[in-house]
Amino acid sequence: MKYLSEYRDPELAQRYLREIEKTVTRPWTIMEVCGGQTHSLVKNGILNLLPPEVNMVHGPGCPVCVTPLNLIDKAVYLAEEKDVILCSYGDMLRVPGSEKSLLEAKANGADIRILYSPLEAVKIAQENPDREVVFFAVGFETTAPANALSVVHAQRLGLDNYAILASHVLVPPAIEALLSDEECLVEGFLAAGHVCTIMGLEEYFPLVDRFGVPIVVTGFEPVDILQGILMVVQQLERGEAKLENQYARMVREGGNPKARETIYEVFDITDRMWRGMDVIPQSGYGVCQAYQKFDAQRKFSVDIPEAPENASCIAGDIMKGLKKPFHCPNFGTHCKPENPLGAPMVSSEGACAAYYHFSDRIHQIEKQSA
Amino acid sequence: MPKLDFEVITLGHGSGGLLTHRLLESGVFELLKNEQLDRRHDGALLHLQGPTAFTTDSFVISPIFFPGGNIGELAVNGTVNDLAMCGAIPRFLSLSFIIEEGLRMEEFWDIVVAIKFAAEAAGVKIVTGDTKVVERGKGDKIFVNTTGIGTLHPRAKIDLGRVGVGDKIIVSGNVATHGIAIMSVREGLEFETTIESDTQPLHHLVTALLDRFGPDVHLLRDPTRGGLGTVLTEIAREVGQGIELHQRDLPIDEQVRGACEILGLDPLYVANEGIFIGIVAEGVAEEVVAELRGLPGGAEAAIIGEVVAAHPRQVILTSAIGGKRVVNMLVGEQLPRIC
Repeated sequence: MKYLSEYRDPELAQRYLREIEKTVTRPWTIMEVCGGQTHSLVKNGILNLLPPEVNMVHGPGCPVCVTPLNLIDKAVYLAEEKDVILCSYGDMLRVPGSEKSLLEAKANGADIRILYSPLEAVKIAQENPDREVVFFAVGFETTAPANALSVVHAQRLGLDNYAILASHVLVPPAIEALLSDEECLVEGFLAAGHVCTIMGLEEYFPLVDRFGVPIVVTGFEPVDILQGILMVVQQLERGEAKLENQYARMVREGGNPKARETIYEVFDITDRMWRGMDVIPQSGYGVCQAYQKFDAQRKFSVDIPEAPENASCIAGDIMKGLKKPFHCPNFGTHCKPENPLGAPMVSSEGACAAYYHFSDRIHQIEKQSA
Repeated sequence: MPKLDFEVITLGHGSGGLLTHRLLESGVFELLKNEQLDRRHDGALLHLQGPTAFTTDSFVISPIFFPGGNIGELAVNGTVNDLAMCGAIPRFLSLSFIIEEGLRMEEFWDIVVAIKFAAEAAGVKIVTGDTKVVERGKGDKIFVNTTGIGTLHPRAKIDLGRVGVGDKIIVSGNVATHGIAIMSVREGLEFETTIESDTQPLHHLVTALLDRFGPDVHLLRDPTRGGLGTVLTEIAREVGQGIELHQRDLPIDEQVRGACEILGLDPLYVANEGIFIGIVAEGVAEEVVAELRGLPGGAEAAIIGEVVAAHPRQVILTSAIGGKRVVNMLVGEQLPRIC
């Protein structure tokens, strides 16, 4: 398949692996920010192929995982109590709220629909003028333009029955929060390629300068990731801290200005709660004043109390690189994808769930606990 | 289609009274005609000899019509294939409909016609059946149940206990085709050419293998729901051995692979219909594949892995770039990912 098979080429992958082995002289801790990269690392078995000096740490870049519990509770409430048609991307459905997941609410009769695009939700609103339709607008900067566009479309069509429950999070403030933590061991980053496709490179230069860490904007296929790791290791070994772009076939320096225009038309930057990380200032998008009638939070005045997170979850330590999923006593025993205690076990792109699904150690853990 | 004075099926058609009589007599019996059915008993009288396989399956698919088939042939092929996986030659089927009122007669007729042709292709007779109609909203157009009986192939020795270290794992064709065909319709996805379901009866492939290789065929499974990954994990756990898979050897249609990429689905967990997994003695594996490739419906057959003593009860996949990872059972439904 064009544009895919080239980046899954076994020989090329081996060549990058050998180059990483030749370059590395001491241990380095590198974080891949995006959950898609975590998934690819584990699914392709890359973690086992890397030399032991390269310690990969898995970042907070799984939008499903970091969506606060409270917002899931609100989505469930809207679907069950307010009789709205709740539309969502598929992987949000299994995420447990404090009482139930959207999948369970659906089984109980709530009208919840899995969509691939928020524009489909606008269409559903058009076709059901007597029902309220809410789209659960989750994601990083990558999904923000389409979600914003759905609001612009709804406005243009004069729809009064469409709103979004926005839970957008932004990558650079999360990197900043991690690096500002004294305990953080991360020495270099693979930045999320698709986020930069929209946002460009600009926001990352200040991070590189301020914290003196190499950041390489990286793609998602095995060869992309190996090349990204090599570029970070080369910088670390040379004592450099630069911003580089491995994913140049997709990411332009200026990103996609048209997409950003749509984002800023509809969204304001706000403080945001990250599941597993706490509130990070200026780290998310909320619906702006001009479009507030499309903001489900305001429209339905949903008041759901904050449910406490499970205190035994070590998500924060995992994301700072202090611990691996295997170091958690609950991993694979009390905490499993069907019953996650915290954010990284929630979606297959979360670090713990990726380890759970694809690692051969899980079987031993389950056996020991049985 | 017979001439009828009703266009949709109503509750009355399941009452057992005149309307039921007219629905069946209107052509269903005529279409599926055979000696046992013609006797109009409450049940079928069968003469069986030797070891017999017996299985049942219910079909609740949506949409009921999809590229490459409809729920009718799926209901025949599904049960025929379950029998074939036991090493049996399918002979008789029962056929039950649960119809939601409002189903168009035309749609019902298309399904029954598909059943007729699928049964003929599989060499099975439909010998008994039932029709019920439920109120609108209490079903999803039509549910079909089939139960099947088959006689064991004289050379079949299919048993989990016969799977051993060194055995080779074979698939008889491309993986993930059926699931993606269904999903493309559900999601309204369009590709350069339509991806069609590969639903087909597999007993002729199985019979050919058993004729030639007999007891060297150790196990057969059709990886329908849960896909290849789930079924192989089940096998590894049941036999207490490890399974090694090679991603680069998995046969998959290019368009299906593309659709999986777009939808964010792992082909290992997508449902199949027209293929089976065979676990065969190492020495005959190449010949088994060559035999399958020479038969209709087996052109893409391939060896995809082997049974190993290492990592008992686990399936480990060697990725295209040479990394290794565990293949686990699917938790719930496979849901599309955000990014």
